[in-house]
Amino acid sequence: MMDILQILLSESFWAASLRIATPLIFGVLGALLCEKSGVLNLGIEGIFVAGAMAGWLAVWAGAGLWGGVLVAALAGGFFGLIHAILTVPLGLSQHVSGLGVTLFATSVSYFIYRTALPNVSSPPRIEPFRALDIPILSDLPFVGPVIFQQTAMTMLALFMVLVVWYVLNRTALGVALQAVGDNPDSVDAQGLSVYGLRIGAVVAGSSLMALGGAFLTMSAFDAFFFGMVNGRGWICIALVIFASWRPGKALLGALLFGAFDALQVRLQTEVGAFVPGQVFLMAPYVLSIIALVVAARKADYPRALLHPWFKGQR
Amino acid sequence: MNMDKVLSLNGLTKRFGTVVANDAVDLDLHKGEVLALLGENGAGKTTLMNMLFGHYMPDAGTVDVADADGTMRPLPLGHPQAALAAGIGMVHQHFTLAENLSALDNIVLGAEPLWHPRRNRAGARKKIKGIMARSGLVAPLDTRVGRLSVGERQRVEILKALYRDARILVLDEPTAVLTPQEADMLFENIGAMTADGLSVIFISHKLREVLAFSQRIAVLRHGVKVGEIATKDADERVIARMMVGADTPTTPRTKMTPGAPVLHLSGVSVHGHSKRDSLNNIDLDVHQYEILGIAGVSGNGQTVLAGLISGLQRADTGQITVDGAEITRPNPRMMIRAGVGRIPEDRHHDGIIGAMSVAENMVIERLNDPEIQSRGLLNREAIQQNAERLVQEYDVRGPGADAPARLLSGGNIQKLILARVFEQGPRLILANQPTRGLDMGAAAEVGRRLLVARARGAGVVLISEDLDEILGLADRIMVIHDGQLHAANTRDREEIGLMMAGEHSDEHSAKHSGVSA
Repeated sequence: MMDILQILLSESFWAASLRIATPLIFGVLGALLCEKSGVLNLGIEGIFVAGAMAGWLAVWAGAGLWGGVLVAALAGGFFGLIHAILTVPLGLSQHVSGLGVTLFATSVSYFIYRTALPNVSSPPRIEPFRALDIPILSDLPFVGPVIFQQTAMTMLALFMVLVVWYVLNRTALGVALQAVGDNPDSVDAQGLSVYGLRIGAVVAGSSLMALGGAFLTMSAFDAFFFGMVNGRGWICIALVIFASWRPGKALLGALLFGAFDALQVRLQTEVGAFVPGQVFLMAPYVLSIIALVVAARKADYPRALLHPWFKGQR
Repeated sequence: MNMDKVLSLNGLTKRFGTVVANDAVDLDLHKGEVLALLGENGAGKTTLMNMLFGHYMPDAGTVDVADADGTMRPLPLGHPQAALAAGIGMVHQHFTLAENLSALDNIVLGAEPLWHPRRNRAGARKKIKGIMARSGLVAPLDTRVGRLSVGERQRVEILKALYRDARILVLDEPTAVLTPQEADMLFENIGAMTADGLSVIFISHKLREVLAFSQRIAVLRHGVKVGEIATKDADERVIARMMVGADTPTTPRTKMTPGAPVLHLSGVSVHGHSKRDSLNNIDLDVHQYEILGIAGVSGNGQTVLAGLISGLQRADTGQITVDGAEITRPNPRMMIRAGVGRIPEDRHHDGIIGAMSVAENMVIERLNDPEIQSRGLLNREAIQQNAERLVQEYDVRGPGADAPARLLSGGNIQKLILARVFEQGPRLILANQPTRGLDMGAAAEVGRRLLVARARGAGVVLISEDLDEILGLADRIMVIHDGQLHAANTRDREEIGLMMAGEHSDEHSAKHSGVSA
């Protein structure tokens, strides 16, 4: 018991939690934007892979780190646009289209990786984002190492929580976006474009998702590996329900999952002799499911989620 | 007169496939005028207005709208945005509100620049308050629309249009969901707004309110404008003839002495998830030779009550007796056997199996009848003969008895259901909103059939939102509100209307009400 307490009080534990949570923050925010407008985006898992590959490859090709971030976002936006066109004006099944985008984006990423680097046995490494050293802030006790000694992408993720919250709740665009996810007719009757808003939301959301992938290759690690996304996208789909489509709660959900994951690694070393390691690996997912079951009962679903809307059909 | 014309529709035509929804319709509107657009269901009223507002692109015709200075200018068609900019506001029959947003956000939606980093909510609020003061339309601005009452939502819809500086307001069946008092209040507000220079077109098929509140009436029939008349020169007969093209026969209701009770509910309660699917300690009796009318605004427990009588729903407490036998564990089959004929509220969804043929749908409640089925096999010939006879007798028009039932129009689906119900010679008939969405001819036919069944000795429970229908058919009237049932010992529209709104004086609640709760 003392050990757990010690872990929970340590700076390194909370720093690790936030680090693990970073790609999830991007992913949940992205999924949240899509779903707020009424479109479920199961392409998220593939878009993570595409973002991870595209950002890393761009940096390897000499684009610079922020150039890589931009390329990743564009790649995500591209796959988001495919999903948006299929599901918004064409009104196809969002589940089928999303899973299709995941398969497509994953395969295309692997294909491009293999074509760009045909003869390598291990991927070339890049120089990733470094831990920040901000005067004063980084030297603060506890808060410094936990928040201000992370990489710039973690800062960006936290900043995006604020941006998404502000846009959704304080701008006309956000109000329109919430309206289109609740009742598209309300938007149409006021002379706004349902298709425009939904496509825009899906493209923007997908770009955010891709940044989650880019964090993996450009911040957490320094190269692209097969299978490195490892279900993080799917976790985001669950977390967005846990968050009841609120940016603040999305951050909380991502942090909770990150904390579980950081905790299980540490517990493994503490009591790993008595309990099989798989139990610890499983723990964050089990706890996520429990948290989801509890939270989903009160979740505030966008009413028009999964419902396509067609112009002139009233 | 032409000086203050604000709108003219010129030869608007709209086809859906081979169906002509509107054929070269001309219509003018003047400043400060209330024009009623009248017609049966499917006459093309809503289609016409949807073209005006840009939801539909007309196949032919033009629209001219007066700008703020009174000059007539052509309106670009097919764009709601253009209609809004030209000062046309539309309140749809099915509200176009985002329920997750506040009333204020709904009103302002679309009026602000989307890409501006800040909103001016204080300015918007001030403008809305000003409109509220002038028009008398009041709604709470900061409450989520999902929590507002139907009347409040409608006021938000109208405020939406006025906020966009509408000079012409189109209301599509505005009173369909309102109690009579709410409807009167709405028309009072409309009066205030027209005095302020607003011009109003309202769509309706309720003759009473059209005569009371409009200045001019335009009538559509089968997509064609068949006439226009100043309201002061019109009466119900004249308009009804214009709408239908002939006088509708009304079956007189002869007085009859009620016989033995066929349905008895005592102390029945259902605890649903919300108020709209709950019943609170209701008592109800229906006798032979009697039509019991249940009036009320929809969503006050009618669906649960109908579910109980048709065997789809179980009561949590209380007793249900059909023809003297207590029903303990109700299910639809048992109710059919007990002689309950059911005319469901949602006829497309609950009344037919759309993929099966008209003939099959007609025998679907008597598959145990040896004439229809023996040893597990259907007697196709008998089914076919039965269908041919009923199609004739009940005048079911459509592509034929072998065609899937979903291809029938709403009125003909209802005739199919009537044929199925009345052929069984039911002891008790549940008619839930039996004429909703039907045109006058078909509605009159439903009324006639119910009266015939009553004369034969059946008891009828008629659930309807249309007070005129209840007053015309029912021998006895009860009002349902918030899951409670109260006997109305009056046939006065005003008093029943108050009861529908939940206000009832003690003499009305009598002992039927179970007001202990």
